[in-house]
Amino acid sequence: MANLMYWEAIRRAHDEEMANDPLVIAMGEDIGVVGGTYKATQGLYEKYGPERVMDTPISENSYTGLGIGASFIGVRPIIEIMSVNFAWLALDQIFNSAAKVRYMSGGQLTAPVVIRSPGGTAHQLGAQHSARMEKVFMGIAGLRVVTPSSPKQAYGLLKSAVRCNDPVFINEHELMYNLKGEVPDEEFFHPLEGSDVAREGSDITLFGYNISVRWSLQAADILSKQHGIECEVIDLYSLSPLDREGIKRSVSKTHKAIIVEEAEAMVGVGSEVMAIINEECFFELDAPPVRVSAAHVPIPFNHKLEQAAVPDAKDVVNAVLATLGKS
Amino acid sequence: MLSTDDKKRLLQEMLFARRFEEACYQGAQERKIGGFVHLYPGQEACAHGVFKAARPGRDYAITGYRDHIHAILCGADPKEVMAELFGKETGSSKGRGGSMHIFDVEHRFMGGYSLVGGPFPLATGIAKGIQLKGDDDISICFLGDASNNQGTFHESLNMASIWKLPVLYICENNLYGIGTRIDRSTSELDQYKRAAVYNIPSAQADGQDVETVYEAAKIAVDHVRSGKGPYFLELMTYRYRGHSMSDSNAYRDDKEEAEWAKRDPIKILRDRLIEAGDYSMNEYKALDKKLIAEIDDDIVKFAEESPEPDVADLEKYVLADNDPYVRGSMN
Repeated sequence: MANLMYWEAIRRAHDEEMANDPLVIAMGEDIGVVGGTYKATQGLYEKYGPERVMDTPISENSYTGLGIGASFIGVRPIIEIMSVNFAWLALDQIFNSAAKVRYMSGGQLTAPVVIRSPGGTAHQLGAQHSARMEKVFMGIAGLRVVTPSSPKQAYGLLKSAVRCNDPVFINEHELMYNLKGEVPDEEFFHPLEGSDVAREGSDITLFGYNISVRWSLQAADILSKQHGIECEVIDLYSLSPLDREGIKRSVSKTHKAIIVEEAEAMVGVGSEVMAIINEECFFELDAPPVRVSAAHVPIPFNHKLEQAAVPDAKDVVNAVLATLGKS
Repeated sequence: MLSTDDKKRLLQEMLFARRFEEACYQGAQERKIGGFVHLYPGQEACAHGVFKAARPGRDYAITGYRDHIHAILCGADPKEVMAELFGKETGSSKGRGGSMHIFDVEHRFMGGYSLVGGPFPLATGIAKGIQLKGDDDISICFLGDASNNQGTFHESLNMASIWKLPVLYICENNLYGIGTRIDRSTSELDQYKRAAVYNIPSAQADGQDVETVYEAAKIAVDHVRSGKGPYFLELMTYRYRGHSMSDSNAYRDDKEEAEWAKRDPIKILRDRLIEAGDYSMNEYKALDKKLIAEIDDDIVKFAEESPEPDVADLEKYVLADNDPYVRGSMN
């Protein structure tokens, strides 16, 4: 078991998949000679050459479309979009080409691309570098959306995404690339569907994904130590499809739910999870589900305003105490 | 140089394409075909001349929504194309695509797409795949003049040029982007000049004369296949009908339409063959009659009589079936 940083885990997955199949390629801005803004492809240019580790022009929509076109004839591109905010520019190719081509060709053509992109608020990057947009991707039929909360998931999800025949969008996070965690030495493929129980508990369920799993785990520790409250933390690493069974199982156990998300609440992961709770296990609830989410603002530059806009573990603690009537 | 037999075959194929599209028009008028239908009459020499110079069924081709004839020229069964327009399970895309989304991957027709300019990066990516595999196939992208005003044109041509990708861009310049004439939407009327700034060899040719198209396409195809990188060929042409069938076509004046009708691609080839003494008007009339009968009795009938998709299969083809990596393997 190696202790790897999130970026090292992603790099390892790239390296293994590129060694395994000559048609696996990596593409993106500054991923080759520079080695990737977050080092996720470091050293691969030297190892696999410019034809397979492609430094692209700053043309997000068309280099993404180029990867999609290559995937039509057997290439398995891993496309990095430097910030999810730039992925807006590639939505046409992701939605109109990759996600729809299997359906509108009657199953003849498929686009097995992987699109990796970090989103979320880092340190004062301003409104156009700080948004999250998983809510946009997860509403599109024909596209899988996963989001790793740990180096182990970052490695295993990318491995499976490369091999899977569907287009997969992987939502990473700028603040997580230097995070360390255990990754098994042996090769493994993480499921692209389902959810994980990141912490068992009986009093209330905290649903998180990506960085909000970490806030939820921090909050659970505080609540256990200081208040004797045992939270169950469910890691929704697959945002599309969402794990209806996993959501139902945990709510049926704890009867209370809080959804923790870094994005604005509107039309978000939280609203979707709440809808699933309503549909699957409404009568199991002992309290109305609550969302902990970002303010409905473009992310501000000023440090204090930025902190106020985005939730953290403390907000989760407060929401749990309020839900349990202990605040 | 095309032989007399080649020319006769091209005439037959172009006339078939004309009558096929007219049957589509009829089907849409009768409400047997739903949705948007974009027809090809007037532009036949473009696709026919280019595919004559390429290896249809082996070279990859991709296009926009005016796609029926391109699919057929790659080898798609016209019955399946017609059935697709009728939304039937026997259609090329099993009724899930429609007129604008014909696919025949077996014959390397990689699809019709309805976002203007959308196929530019896809065609360029297919060329990237060909280059990685080391094959001598080429990727052919057919689009109209108006798609050159999308960012994808510039972004894709730039990448094709820097990476020397085996992609042939065919611009069928029919002078209109939906209902807006090119001189009202585009600062440079000669489209091949726009490609040239990306250091891509480019040329312009008469798109109404299939022999001219063939000769120009041969140079283009040879260039791309020899590994020298992309090529851009602009073909000057005209569509007889509106952008789609929902288009009244009121924005064009009769004089302009009459001028272009004089340069009909089928007439040009037919009259040339007759003038050379290789063909007669009677042969042409007999051929026309035979093709119309074949389309009505065989192709349209097949489409009409085919079953519709089962509603129980609504969610089929969204994602891969039973992909093992969805479950993963946790060691």
